[in-house]
Amino acid sequence: MSDSALPMPGGGVRDVTPERPSTGHTVAGYPVRETFLEKAHSWVVTVDHKKLGIMYIVYSLLFLVVAGIEAMVIRIQLAVPHNTFVSPQVYNRVFTMHGTTMVFFVGMPILIGFANYLIPLMIGARDMAFPRLNAFSFWMTALGGILLYYSFIGGVGLSNAGSAPDVGWFAYAPLTSKAFSRGHSTDYWALSLTISGVGSIGAAINMIATTICMRCKGMTMFRLPLLAWLYVVQAALILVAIGPLTAAQIMLMVDRYLGGHFFDTQAGGSAYIWMHFFWIFGHPEVYVLVLPAFAFANEIIPTFSRKAIFGYPAMVAASVAIGFVSLGVWAHHMFTVGMTSVSNAFFALSTMLVAVPTGIKIFNWIATMWGGKIRFATAMIFCVAFVFQFLISGLTGIILSVAPVDWQLHNSYFVVAHFHYVLVGGILFTIFGAIYYWYPKMTGRMLDEKLGKIHFWIFLIGFHLTFDFMHIPGFLGMPRHIYTYEPDRGWNTLNMIVSCGAVFQSVAIAIFVYNLVYSYFKGAEAGADPWDAWTLEWATTSPPPAYNFATEPIVGSRRPLWDLKHPDDLDSQWE
Amino acid sequence: MSAATPAIPHGATNLPAKDSPWILPSKGKVGMYCLIFAETTIFAIFVVAYIYYIGRSPFGPQPKQVLEVPILASICLLSSSLTIWLAERALHKRAMGQFSLWWGGTIALGLVFMIYTVLEWKKLIYEDGLTVSTNLFGTTYYCLVGLHAFHVIVGLIMLSLTLLFGFMGKLEARHTERVEVLSLYWHFVDAVWVVVFTVVYIVGR
Amino acid sequence: MGDESGPGDLPPVLKDEAVPNLRSRDDRGSEAAVVFPIKRHALRGIAAVLFSALLSAHAYAIPQGTSVFSRDATPASGSFSLQLFVYTITIGIFIVVGSLGAYAVVKFRAKPGDEKAEPVQIFGSNQIELSWTIIPVLIVVVLFLTTARMIFAIQDTHEPGNSIKVTAIGHQFWWEFQYPQYGFTTANELHVPVSDPKDPTPTYLKLGSADVVHSFWVPRLAGKTDMIPGHPNEMWIDPSKPGMYEGQCSQFCGTEHAKMLLRVYVQSRTDFDAWVKNQQTDAVATEEQGKRVFESQACINCHAVKGTIANGRYGPDLTHLMSRDTIAAGAAENTPDNLRRWVENPEVFKSGSNMPAMNLTPEQLTQVTAYLATLK
Repeated sequence: MSDSALPMPGGGVRDVTPERPSTGHTVAGYPVRETFLEKAHSWVVTVDHKKLGIMYIVYSLLFLVVAGIEAMVIRIQLAVPHNTFVSPQVYNRVFTMHGTTMVFFVGMPILIGFANYLIPLMIGARDMAFPRLNAFSFWMTALGGILLYYSFIGGVGLSNAGSAPDVGWFAYAPLTSKAFSRGHSTDYWALSLTISGVGSIGAAINMIATTICMRCKGMTMFRLPLLAWLYVVQAALILVAIGPLTAAQIMLMVDRYLGGHFFDTQAGGSAYIWMHFFWIFGHPEVYVLVLPAFAFANEIIPTFSRKAIFGYPAMVAASVAIGFVSLGVWAHHMFTVGMTSVSNAFFALSTMLVAVPTGIKIFNWIATMWGGKIRFATAMIFCVAFVFQFLISGLTGIILSVAPVDWQLHNSYFVVAHFHYVLVGGILFTIFGAIYYWYPKMTGRMLDEKLGKIHFWIFLIGFHLTFDFMHIPGFLGMPRHIYTYEPDRGWNTLNMIVSCGAVFQSVAIAIFVYNLVYSYFKGAEAGADPWDAWTLEWATTSPPPAYNFATEPIVGSRRPLWDLKHPDDLDSQWE
Repeated sequence: MSAATPAIPHGATNLPAKDSPWILPSKGKVGMYCLIFAETTIFAIFVVAYIYYIGRSPFGPQPKQVLEVPILASICLLSSSLTIWLAERALHKRAMGQFSLWWGGTIALGLVFMIYTVLEWKKLIYEDGLTVSTNLFGTTYYCLVGLHAFHVIVGLIMLSLTLLFGFMGKLEARHTERVEVLSLYWHFVDAVWVVVFTVVYIVGR
Repeated sequence: MGDESGPGDLPPVLKDEAVPNLRSRDDRGSEAAVVFPIKRHALRGIAAVLFSALLSAHAYAIPQGTSVFSRDATPASGSFSLQLFVYTITIGIFIVVGSLGAYAVVKFRAKPGDEKAEPVQIFGSNQIELSWTIIPVLIVVVLFLTTARMIFAIQDTHEPGNSIKVTAIGHQFWWEFQYPQYGFTTANELHVPVSDPKDPTPTYLKLGSADVVHSFWVPRLAGKTDMIPGHPNEMWIDPSKPGMYEGQCSQFCGTEHAKMLLRVYVQSRTDFDAWVKNQQTDAVATEEQGKRVFESQACINCHAVKGTIANGRYGPDLTHLMSRDTIAAGAAENTPDNLRRWVENPEVFKSGSNMPAMNLTPEQLTQVTAYLATLK
């Protein structure tokens, strides 16, 4: 089999037939199917970026379901005022776990999983720069998630119904000190995130080193697919952002276990400095989550509009600009903590400024579709919805950047609606799009388009029911992180509508999961290039062989397959 | 493997010539720079916390009372950057005896630094009564200096392993780049000490 | 800043009018929105416009409980004017960009049978890209200047000499209010005098915390300000209409964060002075049996009753408990029955509250409740 013939740089092949080939072994010369145990073993010990990418994605989808159930618990509790579906103690754990899980064990891993899968393929490389570091990073992230969920039973013992973290996903000091959080819940929070943070840094190092050092011949940085550019910026942000979080968590654990005083106001420490450290991490973190959403849109929208992305250099510049500016906006989460008027004004300005490159990207996507011949495959309609929804969420972000307005709306349901609009309406929609787009490449089978459209419409209705109406209780004074609310504030009907939308979203996700599983066995065969696309991952089989490309590709423009399909209209003459 | 793999054209006019050079940066170096970048941010937060908390311990030993400027130890550590550079130069010339000398010297200087740190902490803990929980100064001091010391220890372990490989004759020419990557890390550790030294022993006293 | 504005002053640009030079953008956008046929993706843009209309109609139709659309005090009013300005800008941008997007999605769909030829490949346009960089920058500049002006107007005001001073301290899960000018402490329900715009008597609050981070938010009067231990903050309100204004803690502070409710009673000057006078008096000593129970059980470890030996600071001051409409920081109405149930077992109203059940006998409960009922 060609799997045992490894092409060498500079020509020739090397025979790498393993003693026990991982894709099957023979008995008396006849190939015998791998046992399940052998197959599982090959996944556990793999350093192949494709397998690790798929593991990241499957892991995240499992946690998506878990965190989605947590969201349903929240919405059931809040559907009517003074509800007793869960106690305040349980509710506080559920909303903390929902936020922490979604950010660290759904968002980050699924996006890093796509990066792992796609970047080497898109740059014509055989694997990531550091395959073993890749595997290490995955397993650290996985361990973090398991440790976090172990907290439900591990902290105080089963008889006490566990002690998952209940301090909110940003865990403000001194609520997290031993004085106010007496059990182990905060420790699970800090430790699990520190461990997965190591995994994230490993993944980021890999992404940058791969993109800079492993590009195939002819692929200059300015011929990189925009997805690769956005992941470079995202990886750089991970490197900048995770450090402060790790440092702050180390400080928290020193306080809790070694009697330290970092956040001990009695001893001169400061609760306020935790806020700075956390948000110095927290704000770039949300850009870590959103830049890959842009990456997916940058690949999907051109393919289905049948046009090159409009303004490639501007898109690169805007992405880099977003990365830089996003490092200087963190205190817009702290407009209400009593900073000086000059500080508040500075952070209002920097936050407004980040809207400029972000807006440019939105205009470029619309301009890409303009004059095209748009095909509304499921992947595309998710990205079209993303463009509109991301526009709205950017605008509510502008509303919040006006500090005196934020003094009212901070920590209210307006903010919850705003960031869910970005995370769900922006990021999750493009993740769905990416799955519909690249699932054929990963599995060799197409996802069912009819089920996909049903998934889209039901999810869209649910999303808008929940998150459009969620802005209103914010305007009406409803703060976040509350397990119940007073019935005479005018929030009742709105909360009920919001909760109903969650039901639609759950149904849609169920249909989506069914589609994923059904299509794996019964989906139509995909072939190498089902979407008639232009980047290198479509130049190899679906799924790709272990070594990705039989010979190292050589490229002459940003769209190597366009050049191949249109030899009379090479891209490079226009770039 | 189902449909035939489309071939990448080699005759199209916009492709680079087959034998033209295609040099990309070394992934080991890029990876180490990224790691250094990430570590810098962790140190930066501890430095910021240290600076913010200068003078804010309402009780307990204060820096001026208990800290002695570690001049000798710092000279040792910073000189080890010079010795490691000399070791690298020797390695490039494949002068393995010289390499072992300078590399071993680097380790020795690093060890002197660590021994000094241990002695300093012994004095602080047992004579001055300063621990991580004594007061805010204790907390910030031990965390910042300790984080740096931890990085020195990791570095010393890696350097020692390399020296061992050198003695065993296993350090081949193709490993030179990995040695360079490791020295990058060591230079980083020294650079951090410059900052920590300034903040703790000069600004903070 | 050298800004001389005081409470009641708003920067002139932000009084009620919509900003005129945005009209042309609105008009262009809304014409385009009406003309082309309603297709599924265009619906999204129209729905959003309808939604924002619905939103404003809904908000003004409900009783003004805790809405941020308020002119009842200068900080809220300043925020509200700025809100109208930024809503206009953002809705305008949404209409323009959304319409263009909707148009593109409808107009440029692939026609069936026309899949062979690819459309003309356009890689960019310097002029277009420059203009859609410069216009947003200009919008940001305008928005920032108006924002900065309002920040300074609200934060850097100079405190007039006749302001009421209150020290508000957040606890898990109740509010302590000290009136240093009058020498008394109360809890949970803040009383302030109405402030006449012509002769303002604002209330200046110093905000602190006894334990974790809380946040003081009464939307109709002002934006929220956090109460951070070791980091005192200041805010001010000058309510112009008497009434009862509700709010609640807005920074997650623990199990019963949701039940840390807040009331501000804005009274006429005479009523306020009468209330102050009452709060300054010591407790009247009747109901001796209940008082004995109160003082011999551990109640006095946490609670204070002025004029008696009870001097605890951990829980709310009870000297004039009966002058309040609610108990447990708004978790229940202040009725004798609720009071008895609360003292018997705080879990009933607030299961994570720091007040323990004292395990009193029914007879002790009756006596203590009767005593508390005398603390007017």
